[in-house]
Amino acid sequence: MTDEPIPPRDLRAGETFSDGARAGLPVVLGYLGIGLAAGVVERAAGLSYAEVLLLSMVLYAGSAQFVLTSMVLLASPLSAIVLTVFFVNVRHLLLAAALAPYLRRLPGWKNALLGLQLTDETFVVAAGRFARQPPVNASWMAGLNLAAYSTWAMANLAGAVFSAQFAGSASNTKVLGFALPCMFAGLLVLQLAARPRVRLGLAVAFFSAGLAVAVQVAHPGPWAVIIATVLGATLGLLLERWTSGRNSSR
Amino acid sequence: MDIRPEFLALVLACAAVTAVPRVLPLVLLAKIELPRWLLAWLAYVPVAVLAALLAIEVLVVEGKPAISTANPALLAIAPALAVAAVTRSLIATVGVGLAAFWLLT
Repeated sequence: MTDEPIPPRDLRAGETFSDGARAGLPVVLGYLGIGLAAGVVERAAGLSYAEVLLLSMVLYAGSAQFVLTSMVLLASPLSAIVLTVFFVNVRHLLLAAALAPYLRRLPGWKNALLGLQLTDETFVVAAGRFARQPPVNASWMAGLNLAAYSTWAMANLAGAVFSAQFAGSASNTKVLGFALPCMFAGLLVLQLAARPRVRLGLAVAFFSAGLAVAVQVAHPGPWAVIIATVLGATLGLLLERWTSGRNSSR
Repeated sequence: MDIRPEFLALVLACAAVTAVPRVLPLVLLAKIELPRWLLAWLAYVPVAVLAALLAIEVLVVEGKPAISTANPALLAIAPALAVAAVTRSLIATVGVGLAAFWLLT
């Protein structure tokens, strides 16, 4: 048997850079799987190692990287790729807006730097933490961001390096890619559990899921996520107002 | 090992249009007091966006709704959701989901 594990010195969630990096551990593990899959796909699409690293460090957006890679493979025009990537990533507008109230005390340039590395996954970790324990320290979020960012770049590169081994069987890449929906599922459950009224959250989740599928089938593209998010959040707000039973004055 | 110039241009352009929605709200909205209804609305954004992303990944196959037991993604996400609900652990969720998907495909 090994020694007893060292108990944490402080049970409260800390504020420092390394506390933030530690809070990012679930994201780090998730990015290892998804980043590996992204690297495999990118290398298989003919990108050089340097290009894989450039893509993951400069664009740093999982779904947009998959979209870009497949469009490059189809020799799509540059303008079409840029526009599609914009539509895929415009949902960050909503995420950044949701974080903004918690980061009010920070100077604008710090907010800009923190925002540059915003992803779906770091957003959920940060939003969960801020809801429980404001006020927010910039170094905590920088730790979270950099843990996720460096893992993403390394996993992309590793995926590119091992691409030849994986490309042998396409099913390996497909299985690794399934880490992405698994991560969404886990983050969704964490979000629902963190909400004070679980039933309202569930109603929003089912509504948004159904709407997203309907829009995606009727009109494939990035609009499905945006429309489902806007209307889903609106439903949540209306249900909350309606069930709280008090007159809301504007 | 090289970076093609046109690829560099593509990545920079994509990064620029990605940075704007990531940064703009944090710089602008953080400076003003938001009304309460907007804060309540924004609080539902994570649930809505995650449910939408998950549903499209799992329930749509090749542009068609795939709500049947012939869809391995749908079958595999069920134990992942169950593990998430019980353990609240992202690592366990991804692990169980991947294992289930691997067994089913």
